[in-house]
Amino acid sequence: MQHVITSVRLVVLTMLVCCAGYTAVIWGLAYAVTPWTAEGSLITDASGRVVGSARIAQEFTQARYFWPRPSAVGYNAAATGGSNLSPTNPKLVERLQPLLEAHGANAERPLPADLATASGSGLDPHITLAAARYQAPRVATARGLSEQELMQWLERRAETPGGLLGSGKLIHVLNTNLALDRGEVH
Amino acid sequence: MKFNYFVELDAKALLQQYLPLNPDGKGVLEGSLLFNTAASFTSNTNLQHYSGEVSLSYFSQLFALMWLQFISAGTGIAALAALARGLRGDTQIGNFYADFLRASFLVLLPLATVAAALLVWLGIPMTFHGAAVAETLESATQTIARGPVAAFLAIKQLGTNGGGWFGPNATHPFENPNFWTNIVECLCILLVPMGSVWMFGRITGRMKHAAVVFVVMGALLLTKMTVALGFEMEQTAAFTGQPVTDAGVNLEGKELRFGASAGPLWAVATTCTSNGSVNCMHDSLNPPTGLMPLIGMWLNVAYGGVGVGFINIFLYIIVGVFIAGMMVGRTPEYLAHKVETKEMTLALLALMAHPLFILGGAALFAATPWGAGTLNNPGSHGFSEILYEFSSSAANNGSGFEGLGDNTVPWNIATGLVMLLARFIPIILPLAIAGSLASKKPVPENIGTFHTDTPLFGVVLLGSVTLLGALLFLPAAVLGPIAEHLGSL
Repeated sequence: MQHVITSVRLVVLTMLVCCAGYTAVIWGLAYAVTPWTAEGSLITDASGRVVGSARIAQEFTQARYFWPRPSAVGYNAAATGGSNLSPTNPKLVERLQPLLEAHGANAERPLPADLATASGSGLDPHITLAAARYQAPRVATARGLSEQELMQWLERRAETPGGLLGSGKLIHVLNTNLALDRGEVH
Repeated sequence: MKFNYFVELDAKALLQQYLPLNPDGKGVLEGSLLFNTAASFTSNTNLQHYSGEVSLSYFSQLFALMWLQFISAGTGIAALAALARGLRGDTQIGNFYADFLRASFLVLLPLATVAAALLVWLGIPMTFHGAAVAETLESATQTIARGPVAAFLAIKQLGTNGGGWFGPNATHPFENPNFWTNIVECLCILLVPMGSVWMFGRITGRMKHAAVVFVVMGALLLTKMTVALGFEMEQTAAFTGQPVTDAGVNLEGKELRFGASAGPLWAVATTCTSNGSVNCMHDSLNPPTGLMPLIGMWLNVAYGGVGVGFINIFLYIIVGVFIAGMMVGRTPEYLAHKVETKEMTLALLALMAHPLFILGGAALFAATPWGAGTLNNPGSHGFSEILYEFSSSAANNGSGFEGLGDNTVPWNIATGLVMLLARFIPIILPLAIAGSLASKKPVPENIGTFHTDTPLFGVVLLGSVTLLGALLFLPAAVLGPIAEHLGSL
């Protein structure tokens, strides 16, 4: 009986401290220091409407936008996941065919590997700079921009996560598309 | 006491639709899934047959799951303290409640607070608002699940728990938004398991012995990391001959922001330590890379779980000193206690339970529709999915080859039972060994004693771990990842 009482007291104590107290402290800190990311880095347009999250990929299919990596869950940010296909699975080749067609890829103009593979979360917000350059001719034509200027602009926009420790330049798809819509390239 | 936790979680998850902090109106879990989830978090496994953002309210995640993430880790540390005191020669191995509270409030809670604060600062969400609804640039509606993620994440990484707030764990941009959060989270995986070894050294007063064990564990970890890195730096095999550029790395199931080497490094760290969080999809790793997490879980000693990692290697230490003793024809000793028949029997029983659960379970499910009907990949890889699921349950890891359709009644019940048995057998039997050793009169160390703080002992220990591991698991490895790799060449 003594053990049961001690256990119950421990349960109550640990819940108060580790669940309620700890969570409240971190929550308070988050809203004090980084309120924007605490809420999920939501991006709003001029009228205050939420258009997406800076962390989360959304679907783009129109020629005038850069397209993100394929998503195994259709960019559903409420039920996320990867394809979980083995690298040897023939289904990867089946999945590849419509992607090749959409991007107009062929042996002379092979598709960058990040545009051929689904990310783990299905919500990877980035593509490689190479993948952005690959799509630049399509975007430039659709928007009536100079391809060369678009390429140079992409080069300037590219981020290098981790600097020298990381593995190369990336383009944030949603931010880049928003910047295009704002008319940052003429 | 453990049973209380179990009931507690069941009740909360069962009643979640009537409890507070449920902004998105999550309903009740199905019975066998509830059993599996309760077993999973009680046993420090955090295998997840549900998807957090789909099925659970904030209240269930925080007050049922996160609570168990704290206390199951605290229990592991308390168990190691008891083992260490027994081996030091104490007749009383201490007060479990006192040890548990010290571990929870003086180790885990401060560490989690620092880590969570760091993660918040680096951009991880911490909100009690429900899912955000966005109207995208192409005028589609996107519902974005979020929540008090940062607090949950910190203890998930530190307590070798690994259960994610979201289904795809730390691949999700809200759990792991950038390069630096990835580094912090990966270090958090290793921190407490590494520290546990030194804790054992401090309590027993044998820091040199602890250092030797630490180096052996480190050697195993680094070897697996090197192999995993090497094999992952190859293009996705299915794209051979297709018009796809060779990125020099398999990008399926990976996020770009962490860099190319992050996936395999994390995969090894998380499985060697019984953590089980992932930052890439293990199912989509190249087959020989995927073998490294499997080996990590089979051996389960390259730092191992919080507290229990050292308890696991303790079994191999007993085997090691026994073999060494036999070679010179002398009764083996460990920390000035004679190791005799009773201790050896218990050690072997504990060591054999692990392969029995993994290989027995995998054989049963591979031969029946229970397993064969739930696969996501054909051929050897399908077998690997079954093997991985049982390895993960038995090693209290919690990662998975997640393509497996594992939310079925047979999977939930079988892995639930394995997780509970595989958590408590490897704690109870080693404690029995320590108790038995402690009850013997200490033998004075002399010139013939086999010292456990020398490089020679390190070699013996490394040999015991690798030889036993290879003998037990090599055939299964050949049927799964090795066959798949050779087939794709």
